[in-house]
Amino acid sequence: MNLINVNHLTLGYEHQEVIKDLSFTVEKGDFITIIGANGSGKSTLVKGLLGLIKPMQGDIQYHIDTKQIGYMPQETKIDATFPASVEEIVLSGTLNRLGHRPFYGKKERKLADDSLALLDILDLKKKSFTNLSGGQRQKVLLSRALSATRELLILDEPSNNLDFSSREEFYKIIHRLNKEEGITILMITHDLDMHAIAGNKIIAFEDQEIFVGKIEDYRRKMHESL
Amino acid sequence: MNLFSMFQYTFLLRAFIVGLLITLAVSLLGVSLVLRRNAMISDGLSHVSFGAFAIATVANIAPIQFAIPVAIVASVLILKLNENNKLHGDGAIALLSSSALAIGIMVISVTKGINTDVNNYLFGSILSLSTNDVIVSVVLSLVVVLLFIFSYNKIFALTFDQSFAKSTGTNVELYNIILAILCSITIVLGMRMMGALLISALTIFPTLTTMQVYKSFKQVVIASSIVGMICFVIGLSISYLYATPSGASIVIVNLVAFILFKLISLFKQAKY
Repeated sequence: MNLINVNHLTLGYEHQEVIKDLSFTVEKGDFITIIGANGSGKSTLVKGLLGLIKPMQGDIQYHIDTKQIGYMPQETKIDATFPASVEEIVLSGTLNRLGHRPFYGKKERKLADDSLALLDILDLKKKSFTNLSGGQRQKVLLSRALSATRELLILDEPSNNLDFSSREEFYKIIHRLNKEEGITILMITHDLDMHAIAGNKIIAFEDQEIFVGKIEDYRRKMHESL
Repeated sequence: MNLFSMFQYTFLLRAFIVGLLITLAVSLLGVSLVLRRNAMISDGLSHVSFGAFAIATVANIAPIQFAIPVAIVASVLILKLNENNKLHGDGAIALLSSSALAIGIMVISVTKGINTDVNNYLFGSILSLSTNDVIVSVVLSLVVVLLFIFSYNKIFALTFDQSFAKSTGTNVELYNIILAILCSITIVLGMRMMGALLISALTIFPTLTTMQVYKSFKQVVIASSIVGMICFVIGLSISYLYATPSGASIVIVNLVAFILFKLISLFKQAKY
């Protein structure tokens, strides 16, 4: 089942094209890794998929409710001095369920607790975001995305700023969410460790072109070019 | 003499009620402004409302009713300037605010000469409120507080991470405009009390003060409205007892509160 069809998509800012004529599909259960150098268009693609910027050409067809796309930004994009408890942040992920209701109910609170439990950080619930380590912050932001959806997650460089062991742990969690919970994953990384690109598909922003395909094919291509 | 002191009493009571409500509204909105690093917007808006007040005084129209729509237009304009990074958002705000201040001063000095009106608008005089001002202020600050409470969860999401809120379907543009309108209303109201030069202090201080000690959004929101109101009561009492300008007195009390909270946080850190 296709969740998203991207057709001949061109994205950019004020007449400056960053991504040209990109086509791919996101199928249910996919784990798509997006790699490429800084400024190659990875983050632009994410912004496009989230509807934060409009396509210049081509289109994106969604076969799921666009509110069911959970997004995890780079941890460094979030103000580390912001006074907020973990509970407040993770609850804010359920905002898409409120509609015109102004306040959270029991269901939302339970969902937030479940999302924290899924990542084994229920004990952080009452802690302040300011006092957490980088790895813990990542998990909180991932919990928030899980509160928003169990369908599709878009992760923007989740391994950034993490030490080796927290990075390994984080990848394990994401793989588990994909395998056991059946959550479709799109993950940007600049981590070229084979570990990181262990999904089933890859979108690689290269100098002249964008490679879209299966991970095995990409590995073979890289091997041949050596 | 008895009658006179009674008159003074109701006058003060009125000032206290209006002031407390405005302070509540300003402190609530201040949390979002400060945390989104938009604190300069309140400064810009206060100067724009000064210009509007000056024109209203000269043209003999009701100042608050004239200044609010002007400030709303300015706030939406500032919002757009801020979104467009290319135009140097903060520079654009400074440009707009100093121009509005200059236009206000020119209009008044050419027509009426610099008088107590200008002084009141610049430095605030809560005791100069008319009955009409009082009613408008009370109603509008109640509306602001209620809207804030009902949009609280959306305001949190928007303040913490606008991209996430937008991607999960929150109407970010709508709530940004609601916030901008609420800010314009409170700043125009607050300007009568604090003056154009000091109202932004009232928006910024309570949040920065309570952030030193409290580490969740809800705590900061609640604590800053309480701290803001306590500082207001102390400041206005000092102003009444020692005949000091109300705006400056309230800001000084806020400064003392900030230092106090900063010391508490340093003390807490030292303990661990």
